[in-house]
Amino acid sequence: MPSDSTQTRALAPVTAPADNESALVDAAQAGDVGAFEALVSRYEQRIFRLAQNITQNREDAEDVMQEAFLKAYQHLGDFQRNSRFYTWVVRIAVNQALMKLRKRRPNVVSLDQELQTEDDSMPRDVRDWGPSPEQRFATTELREILSHAISELDPDYRVVFQLRDIEELSTEETANILGLSVPAVKSRLLRGRLKLREKLDKYFGRSENA
Amino acid sequence: MKCRELMQELEDFLDNDLDATLRAEIALHLDRCGDCRLVVDTTRKTIQIFCKTGPLPMPEDTRQRLHDALRRHCSQQHPQS
Repeated sequence: MPSDSTQTRALAPVTAPADNESALVDAAQAGDVGAFEALVSRYEQRIFRLAQNITQNREDAEDVMQEAFLKAYQHLGDFQRNSRFYTWVVRIAVNQALMKLRKRRPNVVSLDQELQTEDDSMPRDVRDWGPSPEQRFATTELREILSHAISELDPDYRVVFQLRDIEELSTEETANILGLSVPAVKSRLLRGRLKLREKLDKYFGRSENA
Repeated sequence: MKCRELMQELEDFLDNDLDATLRAEIALHLDRCGDCRLVVDTTRKTIQIFCKTGPLPMPEDTRQRLHDALRRHCSQQHPQS
């Protein structure tokens, strides 16, 4: 279906019959704006967090979220269902977020380039964290710790970690969205995971005398 | 298996994407190497903590602006007849 098919969809303010993503997508593609808003409501928090984690800027994150959903609506007719609707929206949002990031920091984001292999990825001075280290912090404090840790990560690692470990997309989906090879995604993901582990160790690590 | 070799397989090990032989070799190494055991354990915890800690709630005014923009956009694309 061509992208301009949205121009001819009739406005049909009916509510989608079932709380089911496929039914909501069917209804939205048939012109039910309420169904599209229901899809937006379902995913807006996650898309906002994704945008905020990638751009590290609240205003940019809000812009990215709006642009992503508006673009999704505009191109709803192009959605072919060979991925989940959410994955499709994530792809749009990631592209918007990376564009914002490149505008702000043109020399930093190089997702299309292979990274140099670091030879020092073996962590040093590893400490035990205990069984449930996150429970030693209140939820708000924990969110701040995680947000701060991810903000310090290079964008190359941050985006891959966001898609694989927070959005729980597959390695292949992540590679596809970012235009990277599967080995490149795996390498960045491991690097990102280890760097985050190191950052969280400051909060969760227990010294032997503790 | 040496620590450095384990690091090379760590990504696939964490994602359960290794064959049984390699997994067994890693398990054997982890039984013997406390440092690698801690690296694996704390890296797994890192992933789990990020995964299960929900996002900061989106401010209501941000949500409102999103839905206002959607309605404006949708009404322009589909003028009421």
